[in-house]
Amino acid sequence: MSFINYAQREIILKIVYYGPGLCGKTTNIKFIYSGTNPDARGKLINLETKQERTLFFDFLPLSLPAIRGFKTRLHLYSVPGQLFYSASRKLIMKGADGVIFVADSQRARKEANIISMEDLKENLQEYGYDIDKIPFVIQYNKRDLPTAMPLEELREDLNPEGKYPDFEACAVAPDGPGVFETLKAVVKQILMELKKKKQ
Amino acid sequence: MVSGQMVIYEEEANQLKGICEQLVRDALAKAIFIVDPDGQLIAATGETSGIDTTGLASLVAGATAATGGLADMLGEEEFPVHFHEGTRNHLHVSLIRSQLILVVIFDERSSLGLVRLRVKRAYTQMEDVLDSLEKKAAAGNDDVDIFGDITDDDIDSLFNDTF
Repeated sequence: MSFINYAQREIILKIVYYGPGLCGKTTNIKFIYSGTNPDARGKLINLETKQERTLFFDFLPLSLPAIRGFKTRLHLYSVPGQLFYSASRKLIMKGADGVIFVADSQRARKEANIISMEDLKENLQEYGYDIDKIPFVIQYNKRDLPTAMPLEELREDLNPEGKYPDFEACAVAPDGPGVFETLKAVVKQILMELKKKKQ
Repeated sequence: MVSGQMVIYEEEANQLKGICEQLVRDALAKAIFIVDPDGQLIAATGETSGIDTTGLASLVAGATAATGGLADMLGEEEFPVHFHEGTRNHLHVSLIRSQLILVVIFDERSSLGLVRLRVKRAYTQMEDVLDSLEKKAAAGNDDVDIFGDITDDDIDSLFNDTF
């Protein structure tokens, strides 16, 4: 749920990274943290297990310049990917303005991607949201791996009708291709959605 | 947008800040925060320097949501108050109508009993502010139309100096 504070003149947008375990959600957020102007970023919070897997959520606040005198702030969250963390995923999804689904391109993760997408749809439905009506972007991560499936196959699994904007990415590469593009695309959708609501 | 939109107007923001300032004094607290259940910070007062207020807001909202999950498992509608006791600092967290989270940080200068007592008084005042916000939201009287004529270029320029 976007948050507008007239006293502070700021708009806050909540964006959630979703996807199967070890697909690279935390890596996306860490890459954004390292590639962002230090003045624009807040403290990165990682709540991880000893195996460096997300336990509850990751959180990164980012400040963008002002629109119409209102400072825009992004709150990026990533949910734990493993199936058994379903309850905490639901909590983090609450109030999200936009969702980025991070898919793991490796063939061995094909089923995990599909299950996670179904899980996302169910969680959204529980809050009364429709995946076709919310700002939503898919990222095919780990495109550099030799075990990566062809893009067409991933699209067939996750975006067969091409309804959602999608991007190829490699969040571990030094230049992290696709990482910022994915984020920009969802922010754009959210702002356009807010504009539509006002009209 | 996934759900509705929370809007805080200047008048209500000032009222909430006033309630927090009074509560800091009355409860002999170190700092007070008001957080929205989705993790956004609405007001902060007291000794807040040195505290990552944005991170605190997000973690408190997460902990409150998890506490709500626990309540649900035990057949309770919610646990409206929870308390974290530390060696030097303690955290008293209370839910105001499931719409706001009031966080009181206190140390040896105060006590749990005093904080509880003072929070109860502030609770009623904050409910009045929520009533006022709900009325304004129903009337839809935004001060400024922020998004009305936003363009693709405006959105692209948001990222120019950030990444």
